[in-house]
Amino acid sequence: MANYSTNEFKGGLKVMLDGDPCSIVENELVKPGKGQAFNRVKLRNLMTGRVGEKTFKSGDSLEGADVMDLEMEYLYTDGDMWHFMKTDGSFEQYAVEKKALGDTEKWLKEQVPYTITLWNDKAISVTPPNFIELEVVETDPGLKGDTAQGGSKPATLSSGAVVRVPLFINQGEVLKVDTRSGEYVSRA
Amino acid sequence: MAIDWQPSASIETLRERARLMASVRSFFAQRDVLEVETPVLGQGGSTDVHLVSLHTLARTGRGQRRLWLQTSPEFHMKRLLAAGSGPIFQLAKSFRDGEIGTRHNIEFTMLEWYRPQFTLDKLIDETATLVMSLLPNFPGPLVHYRYRELFHTHLAIDPFTTSLEKLRAIAAERAQMSAHTLADEGRDTCLDLLMSVVIEPQLGQHELSVVVDYPASQAALARRHQDADGQWVASRFELYLNGVELANGYDELTDAAEQRARFAADNAERRRLGLPEVDVDERLLAALEHGMPEGAGVALGVDRLIQLALGKARLEDVLAFSMSNC
Repeated sequence: MANYSTNEFKGGLKVMLDGDPCSIVENELVKPGKGQAFNRVKLRNLMTGRVGEKTFKSGDSLEGADVMDLEMEYLYTDGDMWHFMKTDGSFEQYAVEKKALGDTEKWLKEQVPYTITLWNDKAISVTPPNFIELEVVETDPGLKGDTAQGGSKPATLSSGAVVRVPLFINQGEVLKVDTRSGEYVSRA
Repeated sequence: MAIDWQPSASIETLRERARLMASVRSFFAQRDVLEVETPVLGQGGSTDVHLVSLHTLARTGRGQRRLWLQTSPEFHMKRLLAAGSGPIFQLAKSFRDGEIGTRHNIEFTMLEWYRPQFTLDKLIDETATLVMSLLPNFPGPLVHYRYRELFHTHLAIDPFTTSLEKLRAIAAERAQMSAHTLADEGRDTCLDLLMSVVIEPQLGQHELSVVVDYPASQAALARRHQDADGQWVASRFELYLNGVELANGYDELTDAAEQRARFAADNAERRRLGLPEVDVDERLLAALEHGMPEGAGVALGVDRLIQLALGKARLEDVLAFSMSNC
């Protein structure tokens, strides 16, 4: 991979840091009036998801990381691995480990496209679509008439996620949920 | 892809900017400080090791010459002082290659002014008065700090006596740097790093902070003197607001021989680091030899001040066109 110098560090650039692929979040030039320039860089470690800050001398460089995001549909799990298929018509499949799947496990639904991050052609993370429609498989019975305001209750969705929903929602209904906040949006 | 032709700043912001610029001019007019315009291009450039100058080739009366784009209007303005201009100010386009960020733009506007016979303290007061007059809300009192005191307060170390080894370790740790990155760096780089990353963000919060008594090695074009502790320090100040460095002032060096030695030392350091040397401004040195009146001068980043006055997040929010779409 190519090397990137601090002045090429832009949001989204993928680089290698201490053996892990990272995505640059922010890059700020720090330059005392009469001193050497540095770059304060915020990076997201793509293996752990953690964001950290690091300082580089301006002009220093990091090796690029062979990272790409691909859209893939979820197929099934064999209990050990989770299987996805590229949506580009190639039918190419990737098996994803539980560690890479992380929190997305509770948002899985067949035939929904997910963003799979590959590093050296290995899946390292799975990002669900921002909004997903899922069926309520378990919740307390709905309260008639209470359609406008007040109160919420937990509901378990078909993917396993538990979200707070309004009291009027019933088992069997399909809901639109925001996967980033884990919040109920509306009936689908 | 659509071409990004729109201004970086809104038209409304540009109106505010024009109003602030007019206020700056009237501030100096009321104080009988003469506005001057000097060239952006010069045959000599800034030798400062940490500034990267842009240069260009021009067909002059003496054939093709390399001309430097100024990193500040300092040299030309000092030649006016030596010629007897009296107090002068300038709003000058200046250029520092590679400097891009939320507080930097390669091409920027510098407000620089010189006050013959002023002490550094008197110039600090004038700078603070100007800054406060341009801000919509009173930023709080002007508070003085000594460089040494700031390091004691924020890092519990003495910037002058702490060993280089310890400075490197603390700087690497506090700035989240790999320790080996600083292995070849000297004291000033470590101190700069700690100043920028740890101390600066704390300065100018609910006050206007002024810092004095910088290490003598960071004097640039300022005189040096012995402080109350007998330590040699630079006769220099910096002004901070909201964690942002706004202005840098000097009790100006007027000794031509000393100035020549510092230029030579800069170029020697440039050779050591493998950086290009910069043509020394012989005309400035000749002006200093002729005699420049004693006094103080200060450079203030106008774009940053406007950014703070208007509460904008990025420098480009107050520039008609920033580097990204100029």
